[in-house]
Amino acid sequence: MDERLRVNPILCSGHGLCAELFPEQITLDEWGYPILSDEPVPRGLSKLARRAVTDCPALALALVRHG
Amino acid sequence: MTTGTALWYASRATGVVCLVLFSVVAILGIMVNRQGRLPGLPRFVVTGLHRNLSLLTVAFLGMHIVTAIADGYVHIPLLSTIVPFTSGYERFWIGLGTVAVDLMVAVIVTSLLRDRLAPAVWRSVHWLSYVSYPVAVVHSMGASKDLQSGWLLALTMTSVFAVATAIGYRVNDAFASVPRSHRVPQQLVRADRTGSLR
Amino acid sequence: MTAAIRENATDRSNTGATQLPRVLSPTGAPMDLLAHLKVHGDTPYRGGPRMLIHTIESAGLTGRGGAAFPTHRKLTAVADQKGIPVVVGNGAEGEPASDKDKLLLWSSPHLVLDGLQLAAEAVGARRVHLYVHRHPELLQRLRSALAERATAGLDRIAVGLVAAPPRFLAGEETALASRVEGGSALPRFAPPRIFERGVDGAPTLVQNVETLAQIALISRYGPAWFRAIGTEQEPGSMLTTLRPADGGGGVAETAIGTPITELLRLAEHPARAVLVGGYHGAWLTPEQAGHLTLSNADLRPFGAAVGAGVLVALPTDRCGIVESARVVRYLALESAGQCGPCLNGLPRIAATFSALANRQFARSALEDLQRWSTLVERRGACHHPDGTVRFLRSALNVFSDEVTLHAAGRCSAGTTAPFLPIPTATPSYEEDWS
Repeated sequence: MDERLRVNPILCSGHGLCAELFPEQITLDEWGYPILSDEPVPRGLSKLARRAVTDCPALALALVRHG
Repeated sequence: MTTGTALWYASRATGVVCLVLFSVVAILGIMVNRQGRLPGLPRFVVTGLHRNLSLLTVAFLGMHIVTAIADGYVHIPLLSTIVPFTSGYERFWIGLGTVAVDLMVAVIVTSLLRDRLAPAVWRSVHWLSYVSYPVAVVHSMGASKDLQSGWLLALTMTSVFAVATAIGYRVNDAFASVPRSHRVPQQLVRADRTGSLR
Repeated sequence: MTAAIRENATDRSNTGATQLPRVLSPTGAPMDLLAHLKVHGDTPYRGGPRMLIHTIESAGLTGRGGAAFPTHRKLTAVADQKGIPVVVGNGAEGEPASDKDKLLLWSSPHLVLDGLQLAAEAVGARRVHLYVHRHPELLQRLRSALAERATAGLDRIAVGLVAAPPRFLAGEETALASRVEGGSALPRFAPPRIFERGVDGAPTLVQNVETLAQIALISRYGPAWFRAIGTEQEPGSMLTTLRPADGGGGVAETAIGTPITELLRLAEHPARAVLVGGYHGAWLTPEQAGHLTLSNADLRPFGAAVGAGVLVALPTDRCGIVESARVVRYLALESAGQCGPCLNGLPRIAATFSALANRQFARSALEDLQRWSTLVERRGACHHPDGTVRFLRSALNVFSDEVTLHAAGRCSAGTTAPFLPIPTATPSYEEDWS
């Protein structure tokens, strides 16, 4: 049972906080929109991932369970 | 100075602090929405400050309410902290304060739970902060004679003016902004003209 | 209506089970209710939910809307949901190169409407809609057909007719749900998928109108009849919109697995390249088209798919890059503009590709196109960027020689007159998403 990041691209307006808070799995493309890693969130970084989700001003980011 | 007087002063002082903090929080909130940045600082600082200062505001608000109730000089029942217009003293102006608090509580609680709520729900409750602010301002000026003159009036007016400017800026942006489905042709025209939009 | 769409009358006798046409009218003339009842009889209701699903499974019917998803699995998925389903027949046909859904609705509306009722019965639905390209005559015809059925008491659930705006994405299933609910035909972010939560939060079955017509036939004549033509993995007939290099063609019903060269008469009318599937499809070289059949089994290894049955043969005097650039520009303008990568990437791709078509070659153009293609793929709420990139990549691949020519400021076209159909009207955005 692992967690992965998922972005709602319609809600996302490119604030870019997520990439600052969780650079391990989120980078920004040349237009300021997030590129998410396909990998599951490593156990130790779960808290960081959660913070990125909570702090997104557009509530566009989510953590989903897989498996 | 009696306890009563001290509480009375404390209530009014914390009230003023609340108003100023609320103004700063509102401006920061608008900055978050417009993707504004504080120079040299990462983006999450603006969001972080907005949240932390709003929690600080709640703390001062708590003190403001507690000292107002505890002070025996005027009678404000506990109930009127939640239910508006039930206070014996200055029913209308205190009542407005209660309205502002009720709205703010809704905003704060939904924000603390924001990752569990549907984005649309959180967003629609958050709009209530635009109602809470003016109500709080009117409460402040009506419930306390101090704010109606002197440097406190100047402070209040400056804060309100700053928030009004931020709101004006946001409204202007909203009118100027193109709905997303119209943006594509604009982008294409620009890209065509410059050869390639960079 | 009929001027724009010409039926390809290969065989009209329909004297045997395997003969064509099946979903199209056997006489070539549109069928009213009387004609429909004479040829096909009453609507064969099963009497309860789920009963039809097994028959559809045996027949091996797959969706005719482009995705070729096994129909019985879709029916089962919707029927399994809690909550009362909604069924929507999808006749939006936003693809400019495709006319088959409009023709089917014109020619055999009662087969489609039968299919709607049967699908609704199979999944236990109580609400039914038909979503149709906003064409006034077609809508009028469907209203008449529905009125005929109401008089005859054929429909168990009243059908709500909904007009689709003339946008490329109007037929996308979440855009469809949004429009049927009364909003704009703009895609929505899924999850949840439409079969779980769609129109007004109900489990929604979306089925292309041709698939519904096939369901109506299978329920009468059985799986064995259905499988009499087509291939083992992809049985049955399908509607195709054919555009051979001589500019003729039209909608034809054909067995899956028919050689492409036969359909486009490539021997008589040689092509520079063949477009398969539509504007989210892929180009094939004439050599490839020459030996492949219209089936996913043949096409998938070449990066193409049957899709909604669009087959276009590009005449030898046209430039593949110029034609493709027009398409990519159209696709960019058809973005819903809701997602950052698509909103930013598609216009840049379109502008750069157009510049290339105009022989204005920026040094970094190909690199930029590569990079932007990777950036937009799978980063939207719908598959519009993915399909656009598929089309673009296949154009750059199949027309690579032309790209080299254009880089040197030349072009091998005999004429730049447009061949691929691109709607010229600039939509007025205020009204044209609803």
